[in-house]
Amino acid sequence: MMGWLDSLGRWFIDVLEEIGRFFNILAQTLLWSVRRPFDFAEWLRQMVRVGYDSIPVIFLTTMFTGMVLALQTYRGFERFHAEGFVGSVVALSMTRELGPVLVGLMVAGRIGSSLAAELGTMRVTEQVDALYAMATEPIHYLIVPRVGASFFMLPLLVLVGDAIGIVGGWLVAVGLFHANTVQYWHSTFQYLEVNDVTSGLIKAAFFGLILAVTGCTKGFYTSGGAEGVGRSTTNAVVMGSLSILLSDFFLTKILF
Amino acid sequence: MAVQASTTPKPIISVIGLKKSFGEKHVLRDIDLDIYPGESLVILGASGAGKSVFLKHLIGLLQPDEGNVIVEGIDITIAPASECLELRKHIGMSFQEGALFDSMNVFDNIAFPIRRHTRWSEDEVADRVHECLSLVRMEGIEDKFPAELSGGMRRRVGFARAIALKPEILLFDEPTTGLDPINTAAIARVIRHMHDQLGVTAVTITHDLNLAFGIADRLAMIRHGVIIAEGSPDEFRQNPDPYVQAFLNGEIPADEEDFV
Ligand SMILES: Nc1ncnc2c1ncn2[C@@H]1O[C@H](COP(=O)(O)OP(=O)(O)OP(=O)(O)O)[C@@H](O)[C@H]1O
Ligand SMILES: [Mg+2]
Repeated sequence: MMGWLDSLGRWFIDVLEEIGRFFNILAQTLLWSVRRPFDFAEWLRQMVRVGYDSIPVIFLTTMFTGMVLALQTYRGFERFHAEGFVGSVVALSMTRELGPVLVGLMVAGRIGSSLAAELGTMRVTEQVDALYAMATEPIHYLIVPRVGASFFMLPLLVLVGDAIGIVGGWLVAVGLFHANTVQYWHSTFQYLEVNDVTSGLIKAAFFGLILAVTGCTKGFYTSGGAEGVGRSTTNAVVMGSLSILLSDFFLTKILF
Repeated sequence: MAVQASTTPKPIISVIGLKKSFGEKHVLRDIDLDIYPGESLVILGASGAGKSVFLKHLIGLLQPDEGNVIVEGIDITIAPASECLELRKHIGMSFQEGALFDSMNVFDNIAFPIRRHTRWSEDEVADRVHECLSLVRMEGIEDKFPAELSGGMRRRVGFARAIALKPEILLFDEPTTGLDPINTAAIARVIRHMHDQLGVTAVTITHDLNLAFGIADRLAMIRHGVIIAEGSPDEFRQNPDPYVQAFLNGEIPADEEDFV
């Protein structure tokens, strides 16, 4: 009985500690992001890593999602002769929801894990200590450019992903179901508002922030050698993905 | 020490009542130690005695459970982070395993503190990097990455990086462990040179008694979390403590005989 309560209590404390670390790193990152020196080269390197290097993965993910969306809705809408709205459904689902969430999840897997592994390895091999000893704040040097790059690149990736998804839907509609191209594009933009796209991009920026801070936090607080790095990496993906899905609901509810 | 107090200068580092535990393990129980400007202090102690933990307190990498560490007049256990950051620009530290940045080649590793804290031109940076590398007898490996180096080479590059900015205070954690006698002599020469010519304060951890007596103005020994012996090389050799004598003579101390 006591053992059960004990482990529940310990679990609760662990969760609190986890949340505390996340917000500590987030706050310090914001604080240090306005300090000099501004490491332009490092920002660029990280932006390439998060943005450019993710394009193939994002391309495949959103392309096939757009395609399967069109496939599913076409089959369904056929039943009540509403095939003309397939373009609208694909465009709205991609921009408002699937684009940001899928891109967020894919980047959480790709970048969140690699941030945790990178910083975790630096932690256990004392490279983080060495930075600190050389009068360089690790948060400033390591975390600020990584979080910043993720924050700014995610919306761009989502923008690209939205477009690719819509093209994927068009490919299926026109190629498989012989829909009329002009009508499909008309239907795509008929109900699409600027707000649909921007709301998705704002969400994407938040997801970028969340996944990068999660990955960096996990890496930064790594202990226990190679095994610890492995644990941090897994946790970064799990926690990052969960946080994206949870915050997605609240962001959608509150903001839009 | 008390008698000389009037003639000795103010300590550059003062450690007062330092205590540190990891969970149930009391690593440092009560350390008091003053380190004076321009002196070369060597810290001895068995493996696992807490030497690295002690050294990390001197630069604020670890926070004590109790006690104070005062460096250049600033109590780094309570000073604001920005003040400590400024202070660390005057301190160089080499780590036991090198702690090189493995995303950078050797050149960039050594250039890192210089580029970060000076406005030197790239030519001046390169000159200093080559100079540091030749001091540790490692010319010509600028383009190699840490993963391509042996353990001893990494340690020497770490040493070169620590001295790159010519800091006032140098902390070396086992700079020669695993090095051959020739390279050990080279490291010893660099430490002596920095101490004699540049007047830096050096704190060195080592197990190598040759190196220790070769570079030390003063030695201190940590055991069971306290300093059990301290003094000039001659005083230290004469220290009556049976553990110190066993350590110096490479024997198993009488009170640890049962463990063997
Ligand atoms: N981060 C840590 N967490 C838990 N225990 C630690 C930590 N760092 C050090 N210790 C413990 O503190 C003790 C002293 O470690 P330290 O690294 O200072 O030894 P050392 O004197 O430098 O030994 P060596 O000569 O082998 O390098 C060891 O028993 C070690 O297990
Ligand atoms: Mg050690």
